[in-house]
Amino acid sequence: MEPLALKDHDRESRAFFRRIMLGFSFVGLLLIVLVGRLFYLQIIQYEVFSTLSDKNRIQVQPLPPMRGLIYDKNGELLADNAPSFYLTVTPEAVSDLDGLLVKLDELLELEDSELKAFKKRLNRRKRPFSSVPLRYKLTQKEIARVSVDRMALPGVQVEARLVRRYPKGELMVHAIGSVRRINEDDIGSIDPIAYLGTDHLGKIGIEKYYEKDLLGKVGYQRVEIDARGRIMKVLDSNLPSPGKNIHLHIDSGLQLAAYKALRERRGAVVAIDPSTGGILAIVSKPSYDPNLFVTGIDHASYRKLRDSRDAPLFNRAVQGQYEPGSTIKPLLGISALTSGLIDEDYTIDDPGWYQLPQEERLYRDWNWKITGEGGHGEVGLEKAIYRSCNVFFYDVSVRLGIDQISKDLALFGLGLNTVLDFPEAKKGLLPSREWKERVRGIPWYPGDTLNIGIGQGDLLVTPLQLASAISVVANRGKWVAPRILNTGSELIEKSKVSSIEDFDHVSKRHWDFIISAMEKVVHRNGEGLGENGTAWASIGQYVDYRMAGKSGTAQVVGIAQGEEYIEEEVDERLRKHAWFVGFAPINNPTIALAVIVENGGSGSEIAGPVARSIIDYHLKQNSYKVAKLSNRDLNL
Amino acid sequence: MSADFVRQLPQSMLLTRKKSFIRDVFHIDLPTLALLIFISSFGLLILYSAVGREVDPFLNQSAKISLGFLAMFVLAQIPPILFMRIAPWFFLLALFLLVATFFYGVEVKGSRRWLRIPGFISFQPSELMKLALPLMLARYFQNRHLPPRPRNIFWATIMIAVPVFLIGVQPDLGTSLILIITGVFLLFVAGIPWRLVFSSLAIGLLSMPLLWSFMHDYQRQRILILFDPESDALGAGWNIIQSKTAIGSGGVFGKGLFQGTQSNLDFLPETRTDFILAVLGEELGFSGIVLLLSMYGLLIARGVLLAVNAQDTFGRLVSISIVFTFFVYVFVNIGMVIGILPVVGVPLPFVSYGGTSVLTLFAGFGILMSIQNHRRISL
Repeated sequence: MEPLALKDHDRESRAFFRRIMLGFSFVGLLLIVLVGRLFYLQIIQYEVFSTLSDKNRIQVQPLPPMRGLIYDKNGELLADNAPSFYLTVTPEAVSDLDGLLVKLDELLELEDSELKAFKKRLNRRKRPFSSVPLRYKLTQKEIARVSVDRMALPGVQVEARLVRRYPKGELMVHAIGSVRRINEDDIGSIDPIAYLGTDHLGKIGIEKYYEKDLLGKVGYQRVEIDARGRIMKVLDSNLPSPGKNIHLHIDSGLQLAAYKALRERRGAVVAIDPSTGGILAIVSKPSYDPNLFVTGIDHASYRKLRDSRDAPLFNRAVQGQYEPGSTIKPLLGISALTSGLIDEDYTIDDPGWYQLPQEERLYRDWNWKITGEGGHGEVGLEKAIYRSCNVFFYDVSVRLGIDQISKDLALFGLGLNTVLDFPEAKKGLLPSREWKERVRGIPWYPGDTLNIGIGQGDLLVTPLQLASAISVVANRGKWVAPRILNTGSELIEKSKVSSIEDFDHVSKRHWDFIISAMEKVVHRNGEGLGENGTAWASIGQYVDYRMAGKSGTAQVVGIAQGEEYIEEEVDERLRKHAWFVGFAPINNPTIALAVIVENGGSGSEIAGPVARSIIDYHLKQNSYKVAKLSNRDLNL
Repeated sequence: MSADFVRQLPQSMLLTRKKSFIRDVFHIDLPTLALLIFISSFGLLILYSAVGREVDPFLNQSAKISLGFLAMFVLAQIPPILFMRIAPWFFLLALFLLVATFFYGVEVKGSRRWLRIPGFISFQPSELMKLALPLMLARYFQNRHLPPRPRNIFWATIMIAVPVFLIGVQPDLGTSLILIITGVFLLFVAGIPWRLVFSSLAIGLLSMPLLWSFMHDYQRQRILILFDPESDALGAGWNIIQSKTAIGSGGVFGKGLFQGTQSNLDFLPETRTDFILAVLGEELGFSGIVLLLSMYGLLIARGVLLAVNAQDTFGRLVSISIVFTFFVYVFVNIGMVIGILPVVGVPLPFVSYGGTSVLTLFAGFGILMSIQNHRRISL
């Protein structure tokens, strides 16, 4: 031990005391710093942090409205909403997102496209603690697998959301359209507030046209959430208002009859109630199941649909533009009679071909043969319709001239968009002198007029256009714009489509004459070879009602001069399209329709029976309903 | 004790020594005890709120605090001379355990801080060092000339550096910094020359970049986040943003006990341990924190008073180290929660959930009372 003398306790104590005082002054200073900082946070910045805290805990969550339902004319449900199970991830609750995705991949076999879409949605997300969908449609099995491993999957939820369901699947898709998931292209064009919490948007057909009414109004709830995004308490809410339910003119039964009647062929049917313009059936085949698209279709299936040679995604009924062929003849007949250039008794002699003055070229009739036989002999307008004589209409068209033809065919809606609520509807093409010069840069030739006279050349119509033109005939000139909606919405904007005047200048006699000729197409028989109606053999037998009809064929490839069209020798895809238009019953029509069977060949033989079976179904249903009604009336 | 010394102390700082049964027989300092009881009770109340009014963790912590009080009573009965005698052995034991931790420690979240004696207990040897180092240094200076000579300062520095290094490699930056600060403060109080104080401060500042280069990424991250928490708002900045939000939204009087939305809705991290002050700040506001800080302040003041009145160098140095360590805990924890210090794992004394720190703290105050109330000369 060192000598005590070296240790000066007094001095030590004093020095010690000084140092302690100094040190603890510093400590006091630091404590004041703490208090100052607390004062700043809690008193000066109080408002800021108070707001932050509320923002943290209070979230405004959108409550998506329920989409309006779609019914057919008999109250059958065509579109409703059903719960679909989503797999969602809340990134804030996940410490290792990549690891989690690997785990989920083991459970659910995620596709690359799903992961890519998920990451896109993740980046697009604005609110923290909101969940991001990873897979839209979970099967029961997948839900079970996720539930079992729930503890190992923090931040993963299975959420049920109501999504669109189409109970009739591919039967109805081309009639009512469908919703699709909202994608990046849509974001700029929709009101982001209205679509909060909604993943789908009507993109096709009436789902698109009546979107505003079907969507409904979004609601909100203010909720208190915890850091994992779980709702602890609902503070207040403003409930959403569901979308309007709409009722259509579509008759599911008739739609099914038309769908079945087309069998496996490519083609389309449009059936219209002439008195209202209501579209009773609108079929395009092949079709597809819209439900696949609602919850997200995988790439391979989508590519298959998109690239299919049969084009199932293509709505032939409103977008398919075809030459009308001979179905144009009754319309031209009206035009010819009204113009006064010919009358009911006017006849020509048909050798099987027609020649323009100063032209070498032979314009053939459909029964022209290389051997020089054929032709219809002496033909008037009536026979020219029920035998579908081309030469007569060559003559008529030359007499009318293209200017008159264009003007008169437009009165039937050709070359115009007249359907009130089908956004995809195409206008077809009604050629005119002015059109040809503008588009093709060459003048109109007399030969062009001849082609138009038998519904070929540049003339293009959609099945819907042809059906509505025939329904004008059925109405004896009263024009009613076609529409799918029956009741439930006021959104129809008549200004968006071409409105057409009624045919006040056509006399009833002329209508009756043409309709009678069309009646003979189906019903005239027992007159010998070459004298029966063209469609009698295939559909005119055993009919217990009277109908008007007209067949037509539209060639897909031109046939060279001097060649005969032999169906068996032509590739299936290059065969003529088969048309049939008609209406029934003849005196008080309740249905007018147009049928096209692509590459079907003969209009009478192929499209005719389709039309007949649809009309059969329609009239049987109607008479059944009438019978039921009268029975009930009797009971009263 | 010489009369000179008595004169050197202001009259107000002298503890008058009337007869007191509790003090003389049980060696307990009543003001300290009262403050500790108040702070612990207040702390338990906050903890009860922080754990979401669950009873189990509350009772668990109550038991640990009771154990702490018991340890304090026991240590207060031991005469200080005994602490002085065992100080070197205690220091060596703590060093040995730190080395053992280095080799056999249990790795939790990437660092080795815990030593597990199978079937017995798990504990952090670094906590022992928080007591062992001041005891050792005080023992070293007890019979040496003060202000210390350079040779003594050198050895004292070695005594600080070795455990700091062993704890630093665990890595436990928080604890090693606390040890450095405590040790350096002890040297400062012991009277090292001012030029040394300033030059070591300068060296400390200059060595910052060097220290930076030795840091782990997560440690650097914590420091960077301090300056810009928004840069990683949902990651590393999350804790600090949320705790500031909690405290700031408390205002003057808070949202009410058990009414904190930040903490109850799980926005706050680590509410029961390091960030418990945020719960207090949110629920009881500025007034609640100032109340707690006042209690801490009074406890520190009382500790300083006791240290000043200690009779020898060992007593003074040990006492002042204990009080100062306590202050460092308070300052670092609060500074971290209110966003002026980087996030290091330091609990809020007597409030945070956890056993080891509570025991160390109570043990420290037990030693303080022992030093104060076992007096060789009765005035």
